Amino acid sequence: MNLHAFQDAFVEALYDPEATALSMLAEQPGFTVYRNTVMKGAIDALRANFPTVERLVGSQWMVAAASIHGRQTPPSDARLLHHGGAFPAFLDEFEHARTLPYLANVARLDLLWTQCHTAVDEPGLDLNQIACLAPEQLASLQLTPRAAARWMWFADQPAFSIWRHNREGLDMPDDLDWQGEGALLVRRDGVVGWQPLSNGGCGFLDACAAGQPLAQAAEHASSLQPSLDILDLLTRLVSADVFVATDSH
Amino acid sequence: MLEPSQGQTSIMHTPLTLGAGLGLKADHYQAAHDCAAPGLWFEVHPENYMIDGGPRLAWLETIRSRHPLSLHGVSLSLAADSAPDLEHLKRLRALADRVQPALISEHLAWSTWRGQYHPDLLPFPRSEDALRRIIDNVDRTQTFLGQRIAIENPSHYIKLPGHQVEEIDFLRELSQRTGCGLLLDINNVFLSAHNVGYEANAYVDAFPGDAVLEIHLAGHSVDPGGAALLIDSHDAPIAEPVWALYERLIRRIGPRPTLIERDDNLPPFIELLLERDRAQSLLQAQAEASP
Repeated sequence: MNLHAFQDAFVEALYDPEATALSMLAEQPGFTVYRNTVMKGAIDALRANFPTVERLVGSQWMVAAASIHGRQTPPSDARLLHHGGAFPAFLDEFEHARTLPYLANVARLDLLWTQCHTAVDEPGLDLNQIACLAPEQLASLQLTPRAAARWMWFADQPAFSIWRHNREGLDMPDDLDWQGEGALLVRRDGVVGWQPLSNGGCGFLDACAAGQPLAQAAEHASSLQPSLDILDLLTRLVSADVFVATDSH
Repeated sequence: MLEPSQGQTSIMHTPLTLGAGLGLKADHYQAAHDCAAPGLWFEVHPENYMIDGGPRLAWLETIRSRHPLSLHGVSLSLAADSAPDLEHLKRLRALADRVQPALISEHLAWSTWRGQYHPDLLPFPRSEDALRRIIDNVDRTQTFLGQRIAIENPSHYIKLPGHQVEEIDFLRELSQRTGCGLLLDINNVFLSAHNVGYEANAYVDAFPGDAVLEIHLAGHSVDPGGAALLIDSHDAPIAEPVWALYERLIRRIGPRPTLIERDDNLPPFIELLLERDRAQSLLQAQAEASP
């Protein structure tokens, strides 16, 4: 058997206990060491990357789910801190997660946290940089969200409240309002922080990220949320260090 | 650039510039940074720092500003029957440009295959074909990085039919043909000797000493599975027989940068430092005995 065929057969034997190609290896007790290490590596990575999911379901449930996911979807990236991009969609479909319909969205927020934590360092926009602009200059200004700022809108669930309480190690409130919620996560000075963000706010940032000037982004946001106070939103986002500093003119 | 006025043997080039080092763990960043023990250096898996920015990378750069650093890869998959992933090589080079490591190393093993990463260091039959492939993969890696790397002997858990070349001969040939260095993991030798049945002393005695750029020491554990296998678990202090093999090696080849790996059951930094001091003392004594 050449190296290529050996590696195909070895991978098959790792994941399929019934595989026959390398049975003289797979029968040895030592083969279990490789099976266990490979599986543990994938499980540990998911546990490290989705701590809020684990707090909600407990470690036993998490390990069982991670092990099923690990067999279906081995890591595609050797950087295990990026492993788990497919885990939220897996949870959406996972039969044993049916009673926790918000679990996949909690996983999506854990993913956002890692993205913020490892994003490139970029100087943030100072409010003074835009405070002196004339209204028409402000309208045509393009603001780019920093890579360390991430947001997501959840139309049907208070996913952010559920995530936040568990991420902060708090008890869930008894009177959770079952309505849509958005989240804004931003890394400042090396620490990822979070705050709620409305539907209009999320839409505004989507438009900014797509390269639209402020006037268009504001129009888009208002169409999603007519009551939105754009100036208040913009001030809040700039204060939260969401945008990349603009080139000085 | 170094001034030549101090003569040929500048202190910067004595082996103990890199004495005994420790694997760097996030829990120990501050203590690692603050520690001023002579000869101390740190090793990390580059995969954990292949990110765009943020506090983890900032910590690494801060620690690098005070201590030499080594990048010890676990996923380049040099023993796979395919060329190393170009994106991965680019990320490794970018990290190396950023932290200017004193050493870069990888394993005589594979882990990435057909676009999937199987997080372990997997074995292969040491055939002539495999040797040709790995020589090519190491060549590509060193050319891409523009520097020499060291290749580590693996730990073994199964008896694998199909080996055509002894491991030491395989590593020697790899080193001679590519110019790469070798990383001798003494714990791997000890537990593999136990698991698949060979003489650890004979292995250490026959290992090509001139090529050794780095030595690894670590603790192991007994497999709870009942087959009495020893597992390279990095979750315990270094076992006494491993210390004995280490002393035997450096008596023969002289002092080399030595790293203590500890990844699980992590004790306080000070405890690791004490274990590290033992290796440092042995290196120091060896350096004085064979100047």
